[in-house]
Amino acid sequence: MSTFNFRVNGSEKTADVSPDTPLLWVLRDSLQLTGTKFGCGAGLCGACSVHINGSLARSCITPVSQVAGKNVTTIEGLGANSLHPLQQAWIAEDVPQCGYCQSGQIMAAAALLHKTPHPTDQQITDFMSGNICRCGTYERIRRAIHRASAGGAK
Amino acid sequence: MNPLSRRAFLGRSAAAGAGLAIGFYLPKSASAQTAGVFSPNAYLRITPDENITIVVARTEMGQGVWTALPMILAEELEVDLKQITIEQAGASTLFGDQGTGGSASVRTTWDPMRKAGAQAREMLISAAATQWGVTRESCKAESASIIHSATGRKLSYGSLATKASTLPVPDNPPLKSGDYKLVGKSTPRLDTPSKVNGSAQYGIDFHIQGLKYASLTRCETAGGKVADFDASAAQQMPGVTFVGKIGDSAVAVVADSTWNALKARRALKITWDEGPNKDLNSAAIFEALHHADESKPVKFFSVGDISSASGKQIEAVYQLPFMAHAPMEPGNCSAHFRGTECELWAPTQVPQDCRDTVAPLVGLKPEQVKVNVTLLGGGFGRRLEHDYAVEAALVSKAINAPVKVTWTREDDMRCSTYRPVSLHKMSATIGDDGLPTSFRHRIVGPSINGQKGSQPVNGVDSDFPDEAAFIYPIANISLESVVTETPVPLGWMRSVYALQMGFATESFIDELAAAAGKDPFQYRMQLLSKDSEIKYFDTSWSTARLRNVLKLAAEKAGWGKPLAAGRHHGIACFGCFSTYAADVVEISIENGAPRVHRVVSVVDCGQVVNPNILEQQIQGAVVYGLANVLRAQITIDKGKVVQGNFDSYQPIRMNEAPKVEAYFVPSTEAPTGVGEPPIPPLAPALCNAIFAATKNRVRALPIQT
Repeated sequence: MSTFNFRVNGSEKTADVSPDTPLLWVLRDSLQLTGTKFGCGAGLCGACSVHINGSLARSCITPVSQVAGKNVTTIEGLGANSLHPLQQAWIAEDVPQCGYCQSGQIMAAAALLHKTPHPTDQQITDFMSGNICRCGTYERIRRAIHRASAGGAK
Repeated sequence: MNPLSRRAFLGRSAAAGAGLAIGFYLPKSASAQTAGVFSPNAYLRITPDENITIVVARTEMGQGVWTALPMILAEELEVDLKQITIEQAGASTLFGDQGTGGSASVRTTWDPMRKAGAQAREMLISAAATQWGVTRESCKAESASIIHSATGRKLSYGSLATKASTLPVPDNPPLKSGDYKLVGKSTPRLDTPSKVNGSAQYGIDFHIQGLKYASLTRCETAGGKVADFDASAAQQMPGVTFVGKIGDSAVAVVADSTWNALKARRALKITWDEGPNKDLNSAAIFEALHHADESKPVKFFSVGDISSASGKQIEAVYQLPFMAHAPMEPGNCSAHFRGTECELWAPTQVPQDCRDTVAPLVGLKPEQVKVNVTLLGGGFGRRLEHDYAVEAALVSKAINAPVKVTWTREDDMRCSTYRPVSLHKMSATIGDDGLPTSFRHRIVGPSINGQKGSQPVNGVDSDFPDEAAFIYPIANISLESVVTETPVPLGWMRSVYALQMGFATESFIDELAAAAGKDPFQYRMQLLSKDSEIKYFDTSWSTARLRNVLKLAAEKAGWGKPLAAGRHHGIACFGCFSTYAADVVEISIENGAPRVHRVVSVVDCGQVVNPNILEQQIQGAVVYGLANVLRAQITIDKGKVVQGNFDSYQPIRMNEAPKVEAYFVPSTEAPTGVGEPPIPPLAPALCNAIFAATKNRVRALPIQT
């Protein structure tokens, strides 16, 4: 057991866990931030996607020891005081079906727009293909990203 | 009722049409006695402070029942969706069968939900009319109020709740027959906001004070058991509070976090008694299928006499593999055994089966087990099983504390139930005009329901009535079943046998068209040219409705018009779960493999409740079905499933997802489902496109082996 200090969605957090504990389980079991999902445990599906110091990361394969002193953003904190434009676009396009992968999809899309504010279809495809959706919401995800990219207009 | 006959019941009663009326009753509300609360039936509560609660007695797994079912009730109740609150029913005795499957949620609740809303509306009208001393006919319901049209007076539902709760409940309130305000209108889903901000609660998200976390290692060989295990190393791991055998074939590790349980699990030393299936492999399974005893096939649908037909003989054999559902949310369940009761928080499609199965295993009666239903991170039929619920209950009892059991992705892939393997032996004769004079389809494979212990009715798996119809009116038809056995656990996977039947049927029809030298679309249109009703088990299938979906799909896809260079079309149509569907798939061949660019998918599902959700379901069915066709395959080696995670069992990602265009044929027939029906035509339409492109006929799935 070791103690790790880091910030999650702007708040100071402390976790007393073994250093190899993936950030995913610290978020979910220790901090009760369950919007970040367990899908594969191997960095293959993207359901656990979060931002660490602004960069997209797979929390299921990121040991908490690597997060010490850093800023973590989860789906719960993506929009600081209101919904992030992507979350608004996701609602406008009615993207989710079962919804389980959508936290990870939105976190990935936010990372995409941060680097590429106006992505082409191909750029969206290239970036978002790291995330799996078994319900097949890909077309609406694409539409929602375009919508958010255009500032909510379509 | 066991889960198997349950699913079959769902399908049959819904398909029968009249079955809806027979199976239909409106349960009295459990809260009817609460003072001031107006609850004419178990689906609805209205309180004096204007809270209108609609209870959903099906499971939300992405298919939209939290939106579509309330819309149906709200339509008759005359309330807006923004005026209501949704409540998920747990396992109950009030709602009849709550099983969610067979694309049946809308078709089996259409009448009960309408009637539930209409009952309340009529009673609220009576309450207002009495209060005003006017006739009922001079009052109307609108937006959660009763209005006296002549004077413009208005009373809210909340203000009428107490009075309405004292009135008799009408048995047969008038129902709308059209002119809908909500039904048929594209409506945003009510669960979407919670699914974009992380607040939606799935089974895996459950938490209460004192919750423990469990991970189990199960015998991955069907029929195998734990022979012995050494818990000493695992018990020394951080946070571990319990290590013990659960049932015959699993060892559980309980810890203070999921990660500590997973880690300690790796330190378990288990000796397995793998049993009689330890050498089982896929090659032997298919070898046995090819050599099955076919001396006594059961004819489950027969027209004329195929032996009397003459013409050119054409034969083909198709083959499908085991497949896994692989929903995004791995298996999980939480349970709290408290001596004389047990509470479950279960992501389940069958809460009543969970209750009834768990109860005796923990020494309780069903009424002592409470099942709360959570959101599901995908179901696809996997959560028609209740293994996860049984495990959670047994572990909770063993440790005398609340516990959450979480499966890993590998657990989910390797200890699942699977879509069965099957062979399809097709033969037909075609006459001088190229049209079939006889058609035989013999499915050889294991029976899901048979393996689970419900005896096949007259030798036929009880899913066949919903999933194996043949709608072409050919003079001589024989649909036959040869049931084999397999030790590999079988389950119902999205569209179930309809995928196999649709793939074989519609690929073979394409072969007949090719043999006749005819266009595959025109050939089908010719087969369906006469309007007729085909009685298949309890369902009446209409050639006209199948023809119409086929025609619309061809029109929208531009069938017969020139395509871009290198592009090719394939087409197929199929009816299952009382819904008609047709797909046109547009592909190119890149590096020897098909690339799907565009899918036009059309359904006739009767009255559409919410076109927004219909489009979602069709888009989803195409993406899910595409993985089935291209590479979804579970193989067995040395008694175990080979695939483990999304690297060896790869779903479709965005880079492979085609453009999907969803259409429906407008209809005022009673609604049927759309979750599964678009899947069966996809596989043959894609393979027929491959034939168009390459002249190679795909007869075994998956395509990428």
